[in-house]
Amino acid sequence: MAIESVSRRSVLKSITLGAAAGSVLSVIPLQAAEHIHNAIESEKADAPAGVYTPKFFNAHDYKTLQALCETILPADADAGGALEAGAPEFIDLLTSENPDYQSKLGGGIKGLDAECAKRFGKPYLDAAPDQQKQILDLIAYRKNAVADPSLASAVEFFAFLRNLVSDGFFTSKIGIRYLGYKGNTYRLDFPGCPPVPGV
Amino acid sequence: MLQINPIRKVYDVCIIGSGAGGGTAAKVLTEGGLNVVMLEAGPRLNPDKDFKEHVWPYQLAHRGAGVAAKGRLEFNNEFLAPNGFWEIEGEPYTTAPGTKFRWFRSRIEGGRTNHYGRISLRFGPADFKARSLDGMGDDWPIAYEELAPYYDKVESFIGVYGTKENFPNAPDGIFQPPPHPRCTETLIKKACDHLNIACIPARMAILTQPLNGRDACHYCAQCGRGCKSASNFSSSQVMIPPATATGRFTMIANAMARELVVDKTGKVESVSYIDKSTGTEQRVYARAFVVAASACESARLLLNSRSSLFPNGLANSSGVVGRYLTDSVGSDLAGYFPQLENFPIHNHDGAGGMHMYMPWWLFGKKNDFLRGYHIEFGGGRNLPSVGQFDGVNAEHEGYGLSLKQQTRTSYGAVIGFSGRGEMIPNDKSFCDLDPTVVDRWGIPVLRFHWQWGENEIKMAQHMRETFRSIIESAGGRVMGGTRRHPLPADAAQSAAASLSEPGAIIHELGTVRMGNNPRTSVLNRNCQAHDVKNLFVADAAPFVTNPDKNPTLTITALAWRTSEYLIDQAKKGEV
Repeated sequence: MAIESVSRRSVLKSITLGAAAGSVLSVIPLQAAEHIHNAIESEKADAPAGVYTPKFFNAHDYKTLQALCETILPADADAGGALEAGAPEFIDLLTSENPDYQSKLGGGIKGLDAECAKRFGKPYLDAAPDQQKQILDLIAYRKNAVADPSLASAVEFFAFLRNLVSDGFFTSKIGIRYLGYKGNTYRLDFPGCPPVPGV
Repeated sequence: MLQINPIRKVYDVCIIGSGAGGGTAAKVLTEGGLNVVMLEAGPRLNPDKDFKEHVWPYQLAHRGAGVAAKGRLEFNNEFLAPNGFWEIEGEPYTTAPGTKFRWFRSRIEGGRTNHYGRISLRFGPADFKARSLDGMGDDWPIAYEELAPYYDKVESFIGVYGTKENFPNAPDGIFQPPPHPRCTETLIKKACDHLNIACIPARMAILTQPLNGRDACHYCAQCGRGCKSASNFSSSQVMIPPATATGRFTMIANAMARELVVDKTGKVESVSYIDKSTGTEQRVYARAFVVAASACESARLLLNSRSSLFPNGLANSSGVVGRYLTDSVGSDLAGYFPQLENFPIHNHDGAGGMHMYMPWWLFGKKNDFLRGYHIEFGGGRNLPSVGQFDGVNAEHEGYGLSLKQQTRTSYGAVIGFSGRGEMIPNDKSFCDLDPTVVDRWGIPVLRFHWQWGENEIKMAQHMRETFRSIIESAGGRVMGGTRRHPLPADAAQSAAASLSEPGAIIHELGTVRMGNNPRTSVLNRNCQAHDVKNLFVADAAPFVTNPDKNPTLTITALAWRTSEYLIDQAKKGEV
């Protein structure tokens, strides 16, 4: 299908008409939205609908990754969590392409399971919730690696993963809405800073 | 069988490179009646297809990090306008032992103007006579007053916003109105007023009013992705179209220049190039040549054009091709401003870059270093991007709801500051040909040598002290890192991290410099080679100094002036 180009002129025209009719300016006109949709169609073409098949992690490790993602940035009353935001898919994709990520994240998850096996006699996913909390509370803080250098690589793994989970969540549709970003649109004028005391 | 040579097509002018300088030359020369052919080492540009303007991160599987996350903390994230890279496969460069150098190159119609910062600052009168004023470096062979009419022409044609300020050594131009300040800018301006640091509307090649059929900015803050409506300046969308409209312009894309070939009299008669799409060697003939391949590529092309007449490279009897290489002095610091936490939700995007900036406010004062710098700053409630949350993660650590909430609280509360200052050329910073390494086309590659001087180190320290005082005066606290990648205060605070990596500011220039003395310069006052009458250079290679003003506007003004001179010489039959 040929991609129809939308000229800025036609977009602006629709904004101007909308403005005359009293509508909100910050809405992306339909034509423009459709154009963007077409432009990214090819990027998504190879993504199968429904279930995601991990490109790097095996089934067990991917489940562990999913659990860690949701624990790092969980759903709450205001928004869904990292799972709904697609963070595990994003992380798996990058990891499948980057050997450094493979050793840090692939190795990190296996290391976490080994540590849980040593402490609790079972992998992370099978550990009881309070056991999971116990291990995460250890590896989620740099100071614990200072006190116990044997934790250093696990702490580094968790910090690395946390950054990618944040990437995955806060660049998702729900994450962006959760933050309250407003923009990425066409406007006729930029009004500047709204009146706020102290700024 | 008798072979008949096809009639050789000879153009009036061949331009090598389609960026700021090459594009300007194409427009001026074709409109002046000359037939022009242009070689571009990358493909043609199709903005509607190639630009990712208005795409949300979640619409891309890599969220902007790019394949293998290679662009996660870099400019060359996958949103950037196409084909600007720190590394190009098959086209390496090398560094001398002990040298770090980063070289950002473009392979696309329009070159780096597709993704540059659009900052458009005129050089000031003092910048052209640096040596006369402080004894370091050299004076330009031209004065500000000689370039000023060309700044006028460029600004009138491309559109630049700004305000008349009558500020010392930061000349006013022909400006469109600037956009209103963002909240972050209002906040910082107040602190600057308190500190007696000038903070004025920025000067950017972005339209706030329609111009020459181009629409005004629509305030999406995404200039770096490329603008489908050409509301900012790029050579590809602003200079190439009028050249094309004359009917006297031919572009050969995917053409990597190998060598300028001279005839027996020492004039350039052709350029040999690789047609990258077929891998074949081709030639194009012209009466005059304008090299505008970017400062270092232009030096490389001259050095690689060796012949019995020019054994050290074309137009290089002085031996200074590749010398006097400079980049801007860069230093960054981010600040965290609690008063911006939980700020009301509003559209903070604005134009693609800063609405305000700080010109060098201590001009003419006694400082413990020479020359000066300007400050760029930005931050606030931008479109979330990968890597942006590393700082809050490192500060908060942990996991769970409190991390999620803290990220929301701190979102938009970071403002980053970047100093961009003048480096004084030194004899330890230059590029030459690597004696053994060639690129995939067999063309010898550049080798970079670098050493910052004492002046640059002192200047970078001054930058950081200034950023610190602005941040604290505005009620913030100092963080490490940059605005796109803030880090906790304890990170990246070492002295080494206070000065940018050579080349990283992407203002590399000076490698084919102008001058009145053919023994210490390559080009005369019209950017014409002293040694070769029909050879001109029209990028940032001719610059004699690298003031604290981003080079692109001066590249275009100087290229415009050079092109008018070339037309005049062609009319007189001199080239």
